[in-house]
Amino acid sequence: MYQITKAEKLADKIFLMDVKAERVAKSCQPGQFIIVKMDEKGERIPLTICDYNREEGLVTIVFQIVGASTERMSKLQAGDSFQDFVGPLGVASEFVEEDVEELKGKKILFVAGGVGAAPVYPQVKWMHEHGIDVDVIVGSKTKDMLILENEMREVAGNLYITTDDGSYERKGMVTEVIKDLIENQGKKYDFCVAIGPMIMMKFVCLLTKQYDLHTIVSMNPIMVDGTGMCGACRVTVGDEVKFACVDGPEFDGHLVNFDEAMKRQQMYKTQEGRAMLKLTEGDTHKNGGCGCGGDK
Amino acid sequence: MDVMKKVPVREQDPKVRATNFEEVCLGYNDEEAKAEAERCLKCKNAQCRKGCPVSINIPEFIRSVQEGDNKKAYEIISEDSALPAICGRVCPQESQCEGKCVRGVKGEPISIGKLERYVADWARENGIVPEKPATTNGKKVAVIGSGPAGLTCAGELAKLGYEVTIFEALHEAGGVLVYGIPEFRLPKETVVKNEVENLKKLGVKIETNVIVSKSVTIDELFEEEGFEAVFIGSGAGLPKFMGIPGEQANGVFSANEYLTRNNLMKAFREGSDTPIARGQRVAVVGGGNVAMDAARTALRLGAKVYIVYRRSEEELPARAEEVHHAKEEGIIFELLTNPTEILVDENGWVKGMRCVRMELGEPDASGRRRPVEVPNSEFDLELDTVIMSLGTSPNPLISSTTKGLDVNKHRCIIAEEETGKTTKDGVYAGGDAVTGAATVILAMEAGKKGAKGIHEYLSNK
Repeated sequence: MYQITKAEKLADKIFLMDVKAERVAKSCQPGQFIIVKMDEKGERIPLTICDYNREEGLVTIVFQIVGASTERMSKLQAGDSFQDFVGPLGVASEFVEEDVEELKGKKILFVAGGVGAAPVYPQVKWMHEHGIDVDVIVGSKTKDMLILENEMREVAGNLYITTDDGSYERKGMVTEVIKDLIENQGKKYDFCVAIGPMIMMKFVCLLTKQYDLHTIVSMNPIMVDGTGMCGACRVTVGDEVKFACVDGPEFDGHLVNFDEAMKRQQMYKTQEGRAMLKLTEGDTHKNGGCGCGGDK
Repeated sequence: MDVMKKVPVREQDPKVRATNFEEVCLGYNDEEAKAEAERCLKCKNAQCRKGCPVSINIPEFIRSVQEGDNKKAYEIISEDSALPAICGRVCPQESQCEGKCVRGVKGEPISIGKLERYVADWARENGIVPEKPATTNGKKVAVIGSGPAGLTCAGELAKLGYEVTIFEALHEAGGVLVYGIPEFRLPKETVVKNEVENLKKLGVKIETNVIVSKSVTIDELFEEEGFEAVFIGSGAGLPKFMGIPGEQANGVFSANEYLTRNNLMKAFREGSDTPIARGQRVAVVGGGNVAMDAARTALRLGAKVYIVYRRSEEELPARAEEVHHAKEEGIIFELLTNPTEILVDENGWVKGMRCVRMELGEPDASGRRRPVEVPNSEFDLELDTVIMSLGTSPNPLISSTTKGLDVNKHRCIIAEEETGKTTKDGVYAGGDAVTGAATVILAMEAGKKGAKGIHEYLSNK
């Protein structure tokens, strides 16, 4: 069992938890992820590592409610436990292996959208700890949905916040900020890391391609085992089919086939929707309006 | 009773079992087992034993069954096998022990597998458990993977007094026995769990959710956790795809994914959170045991199911019994047929599969006749789900993160056959991780040899 030592609601439907998982805390790196399984009947859910404390053996995870399983998970409190917590999975971010002195000479842009701020945070923190100031753009639908603002401010060189509805700081999409920085403020970058909803990553990549700005994205497809066994997470990158769990999750965004990836993400949407209805309607779920035949 | 024929084993009716996940084969009862044991000639120079990869003393355990001493029969089997309830169910006996049985020269061989299963089930139902060794020798050995190779190796080493810890990447111990082989062939709660529990009673520790190479490396196991030897039994879990157009469509799965969702994650069960695509018209591409398992699983989930295989029935790599069961249950075999494209609808879902008919030409490198396309024989199968069951290869996670551990061009770990010794000092390996995908019993044999290799290594250290 893996105990939750802290559980916090960051924003509507977005939760943060610290989990005691010593092996993971000891070996994880920016860019990697974990899989949790709540209990006997639970799914294996891949989640972002937002932070880690090697001394205390704690791993911080952030997740958003997207279906019945994450809804169930959001009810867990400090003191509760996950039955299973495995990782770190995937390959660490490329820069972790690079020469720090060389990195220091580079101009780096991080772009986070929505809960994407969670996986971006440990990367920016890593940069900060290695004496590298980076520019960070954080986009959110609205002010209330913005997460990790203070944490990010502490580790970012320059932080640019934008909201879709203009309720806080800038108004507009992250792509507009990128455009502004490069075209109006004369910024030049050597590479960019963009993590967020698939559609955001797609549009960031379309834009950075115009600037010939190398862009890394982090894919979050459907997964089961997370160790390369099932192939559910396959992503087309250039001419190759890659498994996000072992070859990624980070890839060259200019080569990723986002349209295919977005279609593949919809695979179980109907079933997820039904499960969610069943959970939220409880005993009243029997009319079959969702198409499940009323269940039994 | 016809002494030339096996005592028939009771099975669930094909029509009934096609709708449930209960075990197909019901096994022998006491009378049936005794009657079958009677048929054994108790050969002095027993050929069956030579056909058994772990050399179980078959005539002796059968004699005990005949005499009604099942406990003794279990003890005899246990000397050489740690997983008899599993082997009795999934070993390809027809090409091993039963294939060599002298009774089989003129009539049907003794039903050795069913007798082994009978003895193992009897032992479980009667609470017979292996005894923990009185003392340990204080030497720690790590076993990576809890499939048949790892479980066997761990059991052998524990019996010799080693302190063994198994590291398993998934959340449940058993490897392919829990994620791969379906419930209707190998019940998990009763059979597999019990064999794993028996190992724990021998003193073996099992730590799940540890991915050696990611959570901890082999070098760290040696340097930081005090292990003196490591056995790698990480299997061959990497699925293959065909590389044909449309393969990325929604509704195309590897057999590994389909089976894992159903077997490990229990997607078939009401109340499991894990979804599975319950197709209406499913094609499984491939002809091995895994293909049969995937096809019969899809059938039980309510689909009309095709097996699409490019050679003929004779070349099907699956066990004859599995093919027979699949046919009985209503699986449709499209043999000498090869997919060329998966047809996709406007929403990105599978709507069919374009296939071409094949005929057999000259033998190829595998010795089997090479299938060649019949010109102008293309046709479309209307489908909503395609399951690729084209074999698996070893996972490179461990080999790519362990310095000094060499692999061959198929990414299989290089290990000596008799000892499992790899190119890295103190590291042994066996099973599918070394050979590529094979059978449960061959992995067990390798686990046993690995244990012997490690014992010799640590005894001389």
